[in-house]
Amino acid sequence: MKTLRYVPMMLLAFLLLGSAYAAAPIEDLTFASAEEEARYNKLIAELRCPKCLNSNLAGSDAPIAASLRAEIREQLAEGRSDAEIIEFMTARYGEFVLYRPRLSAGTALLWFGPLALLIAGFFILRRMLILQRGEPDPGTLSAEEQRKLQVLLNDKNAR
Amino acid sequence: MNTRLKLFIPAVFFLAMLGLLLFGLSDGRDPNHVPSALANRPVPEFTRPDLFDPAATVSSLQLRGGIFLVNYWATWCPPCHAEHPYLVDISKRAPEITLVGINYQDDPELAREFLAERGNPFDISLVDADGSLGIDFGITAPPETFLVDSSGTIRYRHVGMIDHRVWTETFEPLLAQIQ
Repeated sequence: MKTLRYVPMMLLAFLLLGSAYAAAPIEDLTFASAEEEARYNKLIAELRCPKCLNSNLAGSDAPIAASLRAEIREQLAEGRSDAEIIEFMTARYGEFVLYRPRLSAGTALLWFGPLALLIAGFFILRRMLILQRGEPDPGTLSAEEQRKLQVLLNDKNAR
Repeated sequence: MNTRLKLFIPAVFFLAMLGLLLFGLSDGRDPNHVPSALANRPVPEFTRPDLFDPAATVSSLQLRGGIFLVNYWATWCPPCHAEHPYLVDISKRAPEITLVGINYQDDPELAREFLAERGNPFDISLVDADGSLGIDFGITAPPETFLVDSSGTIRYRHVGMIDHRVWTETFEPLLAQIQ
């Protein structure tokens, strides 16, 4: 029957919906304001999970991540600023817990290194191209040279 | 600089990068190692209930004037079960070290039963019921052990269980340094 045609598509849609739950743990939370919720979501996105070092607090299922998310919610409710919460985290877990490292003498290489390499590479490439182009460009031939060329081409005996 | 030598700059750069990356892959380097933010800083201030006498409290002020091993453990943590006999062993072999057991996000009754059944290596036992003390210490999960010197300064944080190899290769040299 005709409706059977739609079964594969519906199955796919169903499976795709399910995959949304494979990412972050779903927590039913209430906040005092939309602003507080926005700050919370930003903080947990930018803080690294201390256990699962390749995910942020938002996407980690580790118990410590859940504890830290709860801690952040508590501090937000107490009225702490974003800077104070970040200071709290780095004092206990180190700079590495920030996905966006703070600019300091130590992290300058991290921040500016790739850009510096890119600029250096650009200049090196430019230099290489200029040196190649330095070879004399024959340009067009004068009338005299054209005639000589024709003689040479036509002269089969010269072969 | 000689033009010829300039040709070698990319090769030198490549070899330098290669060296750096190979060093990163070398044996013994742990990609999960995050240096403790608390290294050489004082033990965080705290007051928590004693495991065996909930009316009494244990405070951070008690971690002075001696060498302390602060061990985070829980009954729901299998590596802590595996580590336990070795802690009992240490408590007998090294009586000059004070072992402090922090029961982390656990049921205190189950914790007391566990210690009664398997022996209690700890000189001081306290309860961190909600894990807030663990956050202050910067732990990720039990078992974790901190070495504290007589001035109350954290000298070393060990993530994972302590076994004979960890003890002889890591802790013993450190203890020799501290004493």
